Amino acid sequence: MSSQTNAMPDTPLESQALAPAAIPATRHIYWALQREFWENRAIYLAPLAVACVFLFGFLITGAHHLPQKMRAASALDPMQLHHQIEEPYDIAGGALMGTFLIIAVFYCIEALQRERRDRSILFWKSLPVSDVTTVLSKASIPFVVLPLLTCVVTLVTQFLVLLVSCAVLAGSGLSAATYWSQVSLVQMSLLLLYHVMTVHVLWSAPIYGWLLLVSAWARRTAFLWATLPPLAIVALEKLLFNTTHFAAFLGHFLSGGGTEAITAPDTMPMDPLTQLTPLKFLSTPGLWIGLVVTAAFLAAAVRLRRYREPT
Amino acid sequence: MACIEARGLRKAFGKTIALDRVNLCVEEGRILGLIGPNGAGKTTTLNSILGLTPYEGELRVLGRDPWTERDRLMHDVCFIADVAVLPRWIRVSQALEYVAGVHPRFDRAKAEGFLAKTTIRRERRVRELSKGMVTQLHLALVMAIDARLLVLDEPTLGLDILFRKQFYDSLLNDYFDGNRTIVVATHQVDEIEHVLTDLMFIDRGHIVFSRSMEEIESRYLELMVSPEQILAARALKPIHERQMFGRTVLLFDSVDRQQLAALGDVRTPSISDLFVAVMGNQGQGGAAR
Repeated sequence: MSSQTNAMPDTPLESQALAPAAIPATRHIYWALQREFWENRAIYLAPLAVACVFLFGFLITGAHHLPQKMRAASALDPMQLHHQIEEPYDIAGGALMGTFLIIAVFYCIEALQRERRDRSILFWKSLPVSDVTTVLSKASIPFVVLPLLTCVVTLVTQFLVLLVSCAVLAGSGLSAATYWSQVSLVQMSLLLLYHVMTVHVLWSAPIYGWLLLVSAWARRTAFLWATLPPLAIVALEKLLFNTTHFAAFLGHFLSGGGTEAITAPDTMPMDPLTQLTPLKFLSTPGLWIGLVVTAAFLAAAVRLRRYREPT
Repeated sequence: MACIEARGLRKAFGKTIALDRVNLCVEEGRILGLIGPNGAGKTTTLNSILGLTPYEGELRVLGRDPWTERDRLMHDVCFIADVAVLPRWIRVSQALEYVAGVHPRFDRAKAEGFLAKTTIRRERRVRELSKGMVTQLHLALVMAIDARLLVLDEPTLGLDILFRKQFYDSLLNDYFDGNRTIVVATHQVDEIEHVLTDLMFIDRGHIVFSRSMEEIESRYLELMVSPEQILAARALKPIHERQMFGRTVLLFDSVDRQQLAALGDVRTPSISDLFVAVMGNQGQGGAAR
């Protein structure tokens, strides 16, 4: 044997008995998430890239027009002024939220299929990590990690926009005070967080659950399996009964369902006149039905991950 | 205590029966070779043992039911299911970190020690490594786990002869300590011959042959005879007969060595010759038991 082997600390026999019987669940979850970040770097790289592109765009265009806009501002009524000032913040929030949705959908569709496709599931299953831990960690990416990350990146982006704007205004001899008073970052961020958590997480939970389930089930073309069956039901219903109940249900669910969460004069959730109605939202039966369905989808995904034969 | 105990293990995929009421008992500290043609049921047997597939019948691995307790069982069991099942995106350093993170019996320093003997660099991704290096990496990870049972399913398929030899050498020298149990399924019979303590042939879902290596050495003999001795040799009821360089080679079960030596050259058969004999008899409907 080479000297390297001799230099290695040999495991003494006693350590076998002392070896920890189990690793705490939190550590398993930590490593499961770490694995997702290693494997899917888009989770954090995509929002950062979008934020950078946005800031770059704002620096070369938006910031230039700002002094001009502020000089003309005296002619505008306060509401218009407010809208104009908030525009770049809304765009930043919207762009990052769109990024969140796209990543969440593509992540879920791949999450449980890829490890079977490249057979690495045989490696993951050779380690003492349960299917429940694995599936729940993967589900926590769209349910917890992505929304929080989106809100944090948005807050930082908006803060940088604010700094740049104030610097530009001060540089052109204008008072930044009017501008500053129109922007309330904390309120905007909280509104965004509320919007994301209600509409895009809690209300949309069955979508991610469904995508994860299809991902655990489909051998290939998971995206088609995820989208075609609902469309087929719509088509069949129309053909057989000449009704469109399922289509209406899908439409309501995909578009308007989350409106219970806010009463707003405008679709932009960051509008100051938006009123939060969390109680109304939480007492919507549709929300709870959706969450129960999500739980069922995830349970089925766990079962499928366990049963799918390694091919 | 038996490490693996199966009674009436059965598994069907639709109408195809992959395992037909297999009984199996592997004691601790053995190195068992599971040999069989493609589709014989080797992988299905191993997948059942590892909790990767549901089955009918009774199966205990280290006292646990693998199907319902896979995650707990994996504290004490390791496996290399195939070459190249390590995720292609993972870096060598990440693989080490991850296994150290989730496995209570993983000794990272030991794995680093094994890797130091190879040319694998820590920052490499698996997809950048050659097939042989991926196997070395996987073996380094697995050998650093203080497990009681190691299961290998065709671990060297498609590797060149140097890697294959190295693989089994390190397994024997650096890993096997007499207490651990190893189960290897392969159809590259010859290179594991000197490693095994027990041998099992599996064919079409049945275990058709199961002996310890000592038993094989004491019972089976191969006799090479010239044409003039052939009738006398045949009278001793060989279990198999084949031609080689114009002479006849006969395989005998439990026939006295002295008696055979009088007829020609006697030697211990290789596993592959034994395999061909047993499988050939299976094909003709004969029994090798």
